[in-house]
Amino acid sequence: MLKSTVKAIGLFVLIAITAYLAFYYAPIEKSMGVIQKIFYLHVSSALTSFLAFGICFYANLRYVFTRQQKADWLGVSAAEVGLAFIVVVLITGPIWAKPVWGIWWTWDARLTLTFVLGLLYISYLLLRSMIEEPEKRALFSALFGIFAFLDVPLVYFSIRWWRTQHPQPVILGGPGSGLEPRMRVSYLLMWGALTGLLILLLSARYRLEALRASVEDLRREAEVR
Amino acid sequence: MALFSNAAVLLGKELRTEYRSRELLTTTVVFILVVVVLFSFTFDPSAGESRRFGPGLLWLSFLFAASLMLQPCFLREQNNDTLSALRLSVRDPFAIFLAKLSANTLFLLLTEVLMLPIFAVLYNVHILAVFPQLVLVLFLGSLGVAIPGTAFSAISAQARMRELMLPLLLLPLLTPVLLASTEATGGLLEEHPGLRVDWLGFLAGFDVVFLTALWLFGEYLLEE
Repeated sequence: MLKSTVKAIGLFVLIAITAYLAFYYAPIEKSMGVIQKIFYLHVSSALTSFLAFGICFYANLRYVFTRQQKADWLGVSAAEVGLAFIVVVLITGPIWAKPVWGIWWTWDARLTLTFVLGLLYISYLLLRSMIEEPEKRALFSALFGIFAFLDVPLVYFSIRWWRTQHPQPVILGGPGSGLEPRMRVSYLLMWGALTGLLILLLSARYRLEALRASVEDLRREAEVR
Repeated sequence: MALFSNAAVLLGKELRTEYRSRELLTTTVVFILVVVVLFSFTFDPSAGESRRFGPGLLWLSFLFAASLMLQPCFLREQNNDTLSALRLSVRDPFAIFLAKLSANTLFLLLTEVLMLPIFAVLYNVHILAVFPQLVLVLFLGSLGVAIPGTAFSAISAQARMRELMLPLLLLPLLTPVLLASTEATGGLLEEHPGLRVDWLGFLAGFDVVFLTALWLFGEYLLEE
């Protein structure tokens, strides 16, 4: 308990520092101005949520093949935490888009992908709440999770062909793209901090799921007696 | 090939069941008709507008209809306690999926082809000249709906609120199919119709990806 409190405080300090760096150390972007600062949180959250869904996919596969309860706990934890980050992305995105594009929302590839991704994992969590028996719940939600994850690249490319007006990738894009060094430091730190937050939330949620499972086991045992 | 002969026998069973009751096809046709008519009330379609919105409305109504039509696919087996017998009857459980998804694709395609003339009249579009191409688009799209749809029908049969769960699981996943089929159909209904090979290829790719996934994970979907 003490250890996790210390970790949480450490992480809070790290996020505070990265926020300070993003606002005061990194220069103000020329064409967008101050509103560009939201990118540090927006992009890092998006990457973190993709990481979380990747972990969920791994856990789903692992459950289907090994049937370890632990894999199921990891899967549901990763889906919930990933969804939390997706919500951050979907809130910060329109806040940036309104002054820069003049609209809150547009149906472009990355926006729509994020939205559909959120919907798919909401369905995943809903499905879990609709199946009582633990083993069935774990298996069928894992199978749905696998199908959902396979859909991600297809959603992305279909919408990309359909239309795209999102800013082209600036971090790993072609020549002329790239970040000012101080911006890059702020980005990387923010990403690191959010990944730390992901790990912290994931382990807390995982412990909760493990406790829930043991409560469920105890209740069943009591019913049998 | 034991897989295909098994699947053919099971497909015969699916078709016979439907032929005797004719429940699915009639209800689905009426459902799509109602949706298409109601959609046309939400705007007064001129020729240009129906070319623009028509394909989307058509596919949206197909998707809604499919998410209802695929419901009984595994539920029926579960209610009659025939799932275990079905599993025992074939060596490769993929045969069960192959049969069911072929039947579902066929039913979807049939309702869609029945709906096309009505759609053409109500929305004032010309389909006769491009009918074969249209059927190709409908086939690839219906297959894309039926593959994950059959898989999820096995999942939702295990859940509470299954009537709501299947559309919730299926519809977000079908975003790529909706987009690709709508674009491909739209290309055919334009003033100078053209077959959008890129979108057809995309649909075929979608079908292959999920057919492979179903082949790999199908046996787990049938666990009780």
